[in-house]
Amino acid sequence: MRNRRKARAGIYVVCIILAVLSILPFWIMIVNATRSTVQIQSHAISLIPSTHILENFKVLTGKTFKPVTGFMNSLVIATGATICSIYFSTLTAYSLVAYEWKMRQPFFTMILAVMMIPTQVVSIGFYQFMYRVGMTNNLLALILPAIAAPMTVFFMRQYMLPSLNLDIVASARIDGAGEFRTFNSIVLPIMKPAMATQAIFTYVTTWNALFLPMVLLTRKENYTMPIMVSLLKGDIYRTEYGAVYLALTLSVLPLFVVYFLLSKYIIAGVALGSFKE
Amino acid sequence: MPLYQEKKPKIKSVSYAKYGYLFSLPFIIIFLIFMLYPTVFTAVIGFTDFENFASIIANKTFRASLVNTIVIWVMNFIPQIGLALLLTAWFTNRSRKIRGQGAFKVLFYLPNIITAATVAILYASIFAYPVGPVNSILQSCQNFFGKLIGLAGPELAATIKPFDFSTSPWAAKIVVAFIQFWQWYGYTTIILISGVLGINPELFEAAEIDGASPRQTFFQITLPCMRTILIFTLITSLIGGLNMFDIPKLYIWNGGPANATMTTSVFIYAQAFSGSYLYNKAAAASMIMFVIIAILSGFTFFLMRDRSELKAKRAMKRMEKLSKGAEA
Repeated sequence: MRNRRKARAGIYVVCIILAVLSILPFWIMIVNATRSTVQIQSHAISLIPSTHILENFKVLTGKTFKPVTGFMNSLVIATGATICSIYFSTLTAYSLVAYEWKMRQPFFTMILAVMMIPTQVVSIGFYQFMYRVGMTNNLLALILPAIAAPMTVFFMRQYMLPSLNLDIVASARIDGAGEFRTFNSIVLPIMKPAMATQAIFTYVTTWNALFLPMVLLTRKENYTMPIMVSLLKGDIYRTEYGAVYLALTLSVLPLFVVYFLLSKYIIAGVALGSFKE
Repeated sequence: MPLYQEKKPKIKSVSYAKYGYLFSLPFIIIFLIFMLYPTVFTAVIGFTDFENFASIIANKTFRASLVNTIVIWVMNFIPQIGLALLLTAWFTNRSRKIRGQGAFKVLFYLPNIITAATVAILYASIFAYPVGPVNSILQSCQNFFGKLIGLAGPELAATIKPFDFSTSPWAAKIVVAFIQFWQWYGYTTIILISGVLGINPELFEAAEIDGASPRQTFFQITLPCMRTILIFTLITSLIGGLNMFDIPKLYIWNGGPANATMTTSVFIYAQAFSGSYLYNKAAAASMIMFVIIAILSGFTFFLMRDRSELKAKRAMKRMEKLSKGAEA
């Protein structure tokens, strides 16, 4: 009995250490965002915030890092891509579940086959293609491809199979509703929980993406938040520790808010195996 | 009047098949334009000359980057899966209910949702030299142990030295692997726990009745039942690992000391987009990675197909049994 209690205590100790390990880097980041570079240089760790946040902000925005521009571009791309991905993935899943068509099975097999292939490995062709049609620096080049999201279609289909009763669709037909209207007014509401889960993950993944945006967006006014963050690595901010920490904090603030509001759903969504970067 | 005249006029049966095509059309069009065409285009750019492939395969930096990618992935994956399995065993133990699991899961998963670019630069600041959070901890430790073994004055001061994590190739690799581990173990844990919850509870009940210890239950029942999900985790993690870009790219500039953190993605980016415009070479390297990933992904494809087929087979057997039971 005693051993068991000890083992239990051991488990809690390990879990608490891991939890601290998750929080500490972000805590250091947030606290150092409020401290001056001089303070950070004399003591790199402090658990108590200081008062230099405004100075840091002035230093930060006086150079290349533009938090508002980055935020707006990321917002446009992530919102656009999420809407495209969720709506069209549900529509594609519906075509796989509700209709009997000859190419249905081959189409589904193809979706399974390409599900794991990351776009990153074909980025050279993608960039060259976008360059030739003049779509580099066009945010649409990062939004439109979201319409074809094999992973999301797969998840939507798995969710739709048991939860969509085709009798409802049939009775809507008898009532004279068109197929497209049936989808929008009957199927979409049924799919709401799955759509919400997928929307969170698509949003976060798009918001965080670095490779393709960095390749495609070369003009400063088009930079997304992660590209702005990558600028912090350059010489311009070499000695501005406080400003760098503040920039990092600003870049993840929206994610923190989303995560702590929706963490319950996010963890449940991960458990469904619905998300993989 | 002959009866057959009362036959209803033939209703033209409406075929809905065309809507199947229609509704999957946006997906197909976008897929062809934005995925298939770039794939073919990458291949074409790479294959303009076989010389590209020969020179890429002979390229020392590329080969080193491939080795680095795999080494860093292994260094992150082994502790990651080990810790995830341990946490899974703890969290799903039926006799030892761990409280606060929800909160722990939320905290363990937190690093995964944060922008990798931010995480990379944050760690670069944390491991900064000569002044940085990790170095201050290191120095207090040196100070503490120095005093412990009886050093004082200049002798003590001589032992307290900051460590430059960015000039040692192995330190750079270890930090990158650690960041990957730190970002992903929570994800893997949640996946594995949900895998355990999917195992038929009767198996555990039977084991309990037979007097199996928690350890026996974990190794004899839980682990064998999770074989598929473990392989799945392994392959998806490997595919993700082969694409590793954000962390190695931003933690240290230009591949790190002696190219220690140069991964294949960083290499491809450097070839094509960092001012050298060697698109042919980059495309050839991309195609090599594409083939490796396609093989791995084909493996998962068969795994998942087999799984759904297995399920279907089991359902068929159950139906047969039921119908036999009904006959008897």
